[in-house]
Amino acid sequence: MSRFDWLSEFLARFEDDHPIARYEDVRALAPAHRLELDAEDWGAAGKIAAAMGLRHAGVWADPLGDRPSESPQESGSEIEGPAIRVQACLERDGDYLILQTLVPETRPVLDSHTPLFPGVDRLERHAQDLTGVRFHGHPDERRWTRHQAWSTDDFPLRADFPIEGRSVRRTPADVDYPFTRIQGSGVYEIPVGPVHAGIIEPGHFRFQAAGEDVMRLEARLGYVHRGIEKLAVGRDPQGLMRLAGRVSGDSTVAHAWAAAQAMERAVGCALPPRATSLRAILAERERIANHLGDIGAICNDVGFAFAHVQCARLREQWQRRSAALFSHRLMMDTLVPGGVAHDISETDFRELRLDHAALHKAIAPLFDIIDDHPSLDDRLIGTGILAQADARALGCTGYVGKASGLAFDVRRDNPYAPYDQVRVEVPGETAGDVAARVRVRMKEVCASLWMLDRLLDALPEGEIAVPFPLPEEGAVGLGLVEGWRGEILCFVRFAAEGRIARYFPRDPSWFTWPALERLIHGNIVPDFPVCNKSVNGSYAGVDL
Amino acid sequence: MFRILKQSFRTGVVTEAPPDHDDGELERLGIEVRRRIDARFGGSLAIRQVDAGSCNGCELEIHALDNPFYDVERFGIHFVASPRHADVLLVTGPVSRHMETALRRTWRAIPSPKFVVAAGTCACDGGEIGVSYASCGPIENVVPVDVKIPGCPPSPMDLLKGLLGALVIDRERV
Repeated sequence: MSRFDWLSEFLARFEDDHPIARYEDVRALAPAHRLELDAEDWGAAGKIAAAMGLRHAGVWADPLGDRPSESPQESGSEIEGPAIRVQACLERDGDYLILQTLVPETRPVLDSHTPLFPGVDRLERHAQDLTGVRFHGHPDERRWTRHQAWSTDDFPLRADFPIEGRSVRRTPADVDYPFTRIQGSGVYEIPVGPVHAGIIEPGHFRFQAAGEDVMRLEARLGYVHRGIEKLAVGRDPQGLMRLAGRVSGDSTVAHAWAAAQAMERAVGCALPPRATSLRAILAERERIANHLGDIGAICNDVGFAFAHVQCARLREQWQRRSAALFSHRLMMDTLVPGGVAHDISETDFRELRLDHAALHKAIAPLFDIIDDHPSLDDRLIGTGILAQADARALGCTGYVGKASGLAFDVRRDNPYAPYDQVRVEVPGETAGDVAARVRVRMKEVCASLWMLDRLLDALPEGEIAVPFPLPEEGAVGLGLVEGWRGEILCFVRFAAEGRIARYFPRDPSWFTWPALERLIHGNIVPDFPVCNKSVNGSYAGVDL
Repeated sequence: MFRILKQSFRTGVVTEAPPDHDDGELERLGIEVRRRIDARFGGSLAIRQVDAGSCNGCELEIHALDNPFYDVERFGIHFVASPRHADVLLVTGPVSRHMETALRRTWRAIPSPKFVVAAGTCACDGGEIGVSYASCGPIENVVPVDVKIPGCPPSPMDLLKGLLGALVIDRERV
């Protein structure tokens, strides 16, 4: 049976009321299908998607400038002058659908999907801040990514905005952000950040608490907005890969893979099997390294230093092997468009084998202790519970979703090479607390370790890269990769001469930051660090 | 408890010797560093780290300095939560415009004498990000920098060498 069995239902429901959807050139964003809508039907499509229980995987805007007629269906567009294309991604059962529409730059207004899908709140505000698209009916009018570095009516991603910006004066602090306040006797506020009391990325948290109980938490991010999307414009594919590897340093392989996948799909570049297997080896190594670090750090946050030290030791050894084999401790710049930059020799192959066996032997007793230690249980079980309904409403993926009963994994549910050749175990827990997130991570470490050996067993011979063809102007591609944090989505559009016109990487953290604000409810302030670490959202990955 | 003791016993000590410049150089450097820490910083060096816009890669490696292989606390180097307690400001990333004021205020909050160390390629010269509407570029565009540790990200060993090196530079700024 062919996939996309819900798409026909979606189309049927849509056609009942709005017969003007264009379902042409459907595979341009494979593996997703693509549906072109009129701008006024944007809200209606969202309503049908919500009624059908689809997951909203994000929305982004793509200012096309004066050339909106790149793809066939838009040549008949009635919009004159510069236009902005807005795209939204929906998912269910591993099948993806991209909705897209066109709005004029002079009056870019669309119905908001946020009232139906609370997880896209900040993505819509991000699009508004950077491109000027306004989402009608959005419950939150406040700016998000924009602080004070550019003014309200400047939109950095539009063609007329210079990359160097328009203001050279010192950027003032973002002190007047209107936080939502709870008032009442005994309620007080704790402001934290952007410079935190540790070695951690910058962001601001505003707690409202009564006694020790957190009544409300609001995150204010955007402090590490570096203009990634604007910097991507005009780069060549190799240049984009270097940038993608630095969207979020701990997910460098995953983001680079997503960008590579998007570009390779845009030009129809088929990878040699050895290259995809090596990419998977890199990605699983990244997953294991980060989980090891986080499991230790979570234990450390509740005073169990033993696990922290042991995990840090294993992580360090693991990273050293990465450095020896792939010339980089975090494996940055190991992926290139069309393949990978490093092959492994017979000696490396044997060393990897021994390494996997050694890690397997080391984690078994360690994870036993973490799994069954009374002082840890006391602090982790029942702490920071994310209800399944909340996880679903926000669209959480990765260990946050998996610990709350949403066992979605791109590697299994919409497999890309080489995961179509290897069994992907997706751990599931239902408790949704910190302990569940730790257990999911421990199981993922074991599953990845098992998978690494299978990938080595079946490592194909041959080339590790093919020449990357020159992309056509207007070619678009979608990357969908399971990073260690969850699903990473990446959109790429090419301009003339193989240059990048638009790059949008959507990190899973967009949905787990709001999850943190919900799961902290009713917990005590001193448990915030451990709750935060168990979610571990990326700041750089969402500030872009 | 027995299981934990058994695991600890089996693991043993994994801490490594400090970075291997040339042996002679290391010895000189080590003695010099010790002397300077004792003289100027009361026997220990307190570092306040600020991420001014990095991708988090540098933070991962700075974290590694505390792992049992490097364990920098044994040299009297420790990371502190407040700039008021710090001798060194260790900054990563290009300075995002949104972090410009926060970085400047943190720098001002550190009592003199103080050192600023820029860690990572972005912090040293802007790296892949450079100067743009969203980024001020290298740290020295916002606060004065004494030592640069390049690398994307610098390895824990590079960081350790850089930090130790930071102490031997001759500086009279108050």
